[in-house]
Amino acid sequence: MTKRIYMDYAATTPVKKEVVDVMLPYFTETFGNASSPHGFGRDAKKVLIKSRATVAKTLNANADEIYFTAGGTESDNWAIKGVLKSIKPKGNHIITSAIEHHAVLHAAETLEKEGYKVTYLPVDNTGLISLEDLKAAITDETALISIMFINNEIGTMQPIKEIGEIAKAHNIYFHTDAVQAYGNVAIDVEALNIDLLSISSHKIYGPKGVGALYVRKGTLLANFVEGGAQEKKKRAGTENIPGIVGFAKAAEIANEMLDEHVNRLTVLRDRLISGLLSKIDYSRLNGHPTKRHPSNVNISFEFIEGEALLLMLDHKGVAGSSGSACTSGSLDPSHVLMGIGLTHEVAHGSLRLSLGDFTTEEDVDYAIEVLIPIVQRLREMSPLYPANN
Amino acid sequence: MYNDKVMDHFLNPRNAGEIKDADGIGEVGNAKCGDIMRMYVKVENDIITDVKFRTFGCGSAIAASSISTEMLIGKTIDEALEITNKDVVDELGGLPVVKVHCSVLAEQAFKVAIYDYAKKNNKTYAGLEGFNPDDLDDAHDH
Repeated sequence: MTKRIYMDYAATTPVKKEVVDVMLPYFTETFGNASSPHGFGRDAKKVLIKSRATVAKTLNANADEIYFTAGGTESDNWAIKGVLKSIKPKGNHIITSAIEHHAVLHAAETLEKEGYKVTYLPVDNTGLISLEDLKAAITDETALISIMFINNEIGTMQPIKEIGEIAKAHNIYFHTDAVQAYGNVAIDVEALNIDLLSISSHKIYGPKGVGALYVRKGTLLANFVEGGAQEKKKRAGTENIPGIVGFAKAAEIANEMLDEHVNRLTVLRDRLISGLLSKIDYSRLNGHPTKRHPSNVNISFEFIEGEALLLMLDHKGVAGSSGSACTSGSLDPSHVLMGIGLTHEVAHGSLRLSLGDFTTEEDVDYAIEVLIPIVQRLREMSPLYPANN
Repeated sequence: MYNDKVMDHFLNPRNAGEIKDADGIGEVGNAKCGDIMRMYVKVENDIITDVKFRTFGCGSAIAASSISTEMLIGKTIDEALEITNKDVVDELGGLPVVKVHCSVLAEQAFKVAIYDYAKKNNKTYAGLEGFNPDDLDDAHDH
């Protein structure tokens, strides 16, 4: 059987066994509805309270500032729409960046269609926004600054602390999509002046379908789902107790293991980056060289197309991702790669390999070993490759 | 996503490369859309004796290029000009809807190559009537 190596942890992660184990009783034994007053309900409520406190602790937040959601996309939508549609928004203007996840961008675009104003800050060729641009974009109407913590495609980490300070100084709410950052960098919502923060369970070895929105106490935020009294009536619906329990366990593990996880992955990441860049010519690293997600590798190989590269890599057992148009389902390559100024053809030839806790040094070396001939093979077929012309 | 035949032509492309002394060359597509196809044809007595391709593009673009070369070799030029993108899709056993433009690109590439041959040799073919490489629609619109 061919090897199967997973290098798409930024897309999703496997659920760790310890996480599955703690979830299981909540499907069959402690299955009660946390709103029910009887014993079954009270047991569910008890673990819900405990889980909320566990997640809060990892962010240096209070338990009553954590709202469980169905995941990162929902948290992003809620934060953005919720602030602008609260009972008393500061204004009708949002500042975000050009390279946000679609959960933020499309939510902002929807508000734009409704008449709200949105500024999309550009980024430099490493993916960083400019703090000067941010300050210049602020108006009296600015109600929300939403800048992602770490980019999902190129791994660039924004100057979150500085953004938080600017937001605070102007009395503007600051939301950050921390879906990729959570579990990969220490996050302290107090020290970073974050008012709203989106996180997701399935990126940190927890189950899919659950996440959270941190909402600083006192933040004016419209309700997201109307119904019962769950999540302080702001996000109604029977709580996904097994999911929440799993999420909390995954968060706890990620928090405890953070330094070890980051140190180990950074070494593997840099081994993969330097191996590929040194052995394959006409290749470039996308994203920031150091202000970077500990496991994100995003490299453009010129003269070839990303989907073909992914398929050949998959044939050799390595699962990755690409920002090429053919993998995005649209005609344009990823807005993130275009945002950092890549030409179309270079953007089409991008490959993202994201590593994780089950990635080994052998996996990294195998990926380098199989990629070299694949890139060469596709280049030999390409009308753009200089050696062919 | 792709059937076995498409994967076979993608992983083991037939006739990839270049014909140094080609009688006609056709290049279509653009890097912006992520696909460029270049086809080389060799013609003897109005029969296509060899075809090779170079393609920058996704798996289906490479597969469509590969299978087109097989469909063209041995055909008369008139027969070759009757081949449509639909024939290319059928021969591949189907392509995902979003990838059909790759077959359009393949048809355009070999038509432009034959057009190039015809022009260089002052030949006219019924199948090329009204055909002008400069007027080709963007394959993505199909």
